[in-house]
Amino acid sequence: MTLEIVKPGLATTVQDLGRPGYFHLGIPEGGAMDRLALTAANMLVGNDDGAACLEAVFMGPEIRFGADMSVAVTGAELPVMLDGEPRETWTSFNVKAGQVLSFGFLKEGARIYIAVSGGIDTPLALGSRSTYAIGALGGFEGRPIAAGDVIPVGTADPVAASRSVPQDLRRRPGKPATLRVLPGLYWHRLTEKSQQAFFDDAWTVAPEADRMGYRFRGGQPMEFVDRPQPFGAGSDPSNIVDGCYSYGSIQVPGGLEPIVLHRDAVSGGGYFTLGAVISADMDLIGQLQPNAPVTFARVDMDQALAARKARKEVIEQIRQALT
Amino acid sequence: MKTRYTYGGDEHVYVEVDDEMSLDAFFIGLSLSRLVREANIPGVTEICPANASFEVRFDPDVIAPDEMMARIKELEGEAQAQEKRLDTRIIEIPVFYEDPWTHETLMRFRERHQDPSGTDLDYAARINGYDSVAAFIEAHHSQPWFVSMVGFVSGLPFLYQLVEREKQLEVPKYLRPRTDTPKLTVGYGGCFSCIYSVRGAGGYQMFGITPMPIFDPEQKISYLKDFMVFFRPGDIVKWKPIDRAEYDAITKQVEEGTYAPKIAEVEFDLDAFNKDMTGFNAKLMEALNDA
Repeated sequence: MTLEIVKPGLATTVQDLGRPGYFHLGIPEGGAMDRLALTAANMLVGNDDGAACLEAVFMGPEIRFGADMSVAVTGAELPVMLDGEPRETWTSFNVKAGQVLSFGFLKEGARIYIAVSGGIDTPLALGSRSTYAIGALGGFEGRPIAAGDVIPVGTADPVAASRSVPQDLRRRPGKPATLRVLPGLYWHRLTEKSQQAFFDDAWTVAPEADRMGYRFRGGQPMEFVDRPQPFGAGSDPSNIVDGCYSYGSIQVPGGLEPIVLHRDAVSGGGYFTLGAVISADMDLIGQLQPNAPVTFARVDMDQALAARKARKEVIEQIRQALT
Repeated sequence: MKTRYTYGGDEHVYVEVDDEMSLDAFFIGLSLSRLVREANIPGVTEICPANASFEVRFDPDVIAPDEMMARIKELEGEAQAQEKRLDTRIIEIPVFYEDPWTHETLMRFRERHQDPSGTDLDYAARINGYDSVAAFIEAHHSQPWFVSMVGFVSGLPFLYQLVEREKQLEVPKYLRPRTDTPKLTVGYGGCFSCIYSVRGAGGYQMFGITPMPIFDPEQKISYLKDFMVFFRPGDIVKWKPIDRAEYDAITKQVEEGTYAPKIAEVEFDLDAFNKDMTGFNAKLMEALNDA
């Protein structure tokens, strides 16, 4: 079973739920930016939650199916077509060998997940099929897919067509998007005024936004608490002695543009971090387009854990809706 | 030195052993992160040691964040008491300083730099009080370095120079990080040198490039067949300045699979090093010369 790539889209990669365990060597967990969407796509076609899918950003690929299979597209609203005929997003449909999947123009969100029954079956690299393009690791030859690639698919029976995720369970960022942040890490480096301004200011997604991190602009430059810089940190007040970065952590080089590290995060570095976007809201970042308006909302640990639980419940509700 | 504990979101505990860099802080961080690993605490998914800090990633559905932090704190006293020594290796890494590739890149990102009028090396030499770039380069490679962290991307080593603090070189990171850095760039930020294992974003000043790959996901390079990442914390490095001809020769050997890094087994003992740095380093470099 295979998928033949007719057109690759912009930066379409194989992703699953990632490869934890190698961050201490600078190899990030990776995996789907929007894990809820990937999990839902897999459920729709009868796969395990963490089967590998194609993640496409802003623009869809064009794919010819090498065999009969079930397909689902979740995440962003990108019109889906099979041999030119519209198909619903977040809904399973069956295809015949030789049929072609293509996409229209992006309406909402940023990333789609294309699941096929049996899952993408590229070789495992350090326990995962996720593509870590920076390290040329995993996925299809360690890189985004290209025209002419023939992608292996696992063997599985097609499932019933027209299984659909209910509208209210298709989790999406609002407008403006609110990202919840737990202050911590080097939060004490900021003056009280800048701490408050970070949450009060209106931000937008900058053009430099990818799987490694999302950059934001539009807020006020940040001010730092005066101190003699510690030995080894470097002289800029935003510099620290290089430490590990957390997934979701927010660094602000020079106090100017916050960068939220995402699934392909660098594992460490020398810029201070003011805290981290909570785990429950990481999926939402994956659906933000450049120039999308964003505000950051302060939460405490209890609220972060409650949000984490609520997100998990949505996934279970999707599972129940599909069984 | 006062250890600081904080959360990175709901999945990480961050432990800063000290806010300034020292080998003492490195060893305590390494010992404490090792004790956390040995404790096999349910819910721990990643343990990442760094220069003077480390991070534990955990699943808050398995262990509550406050309990996770408490379990690490319990081990701090034991970590402080552990001996600061390692059986390790010293490796010679060839460096082509002032190479054309990092030069092209640093010119491309000049507006993100503190001093757009010169090169990264001009700036680093000046702010560290060196009369010339040549004298600064000499200071960079004359004494060995200690790998105090592996990370950022794909096996990138952070290196701390084995000299008295007053002899340490210090530079800030770029004002805004670059979106591009050539593969195998030898960089500098704070008091750390590094080797960019792959091409990509970066904030360190750029000094040169090595022809010796340190990361190979395909594991085809002769000395990376066992594991795709070359460096581990505790490795010791001696830079060897090379010219273009030697750079090209080594690149060819790497491609042909005949390049073997020069390596010697050594012991690093922090007390012995602190007592006589010059003598200790001389012995390290002697071991390398005999290799």
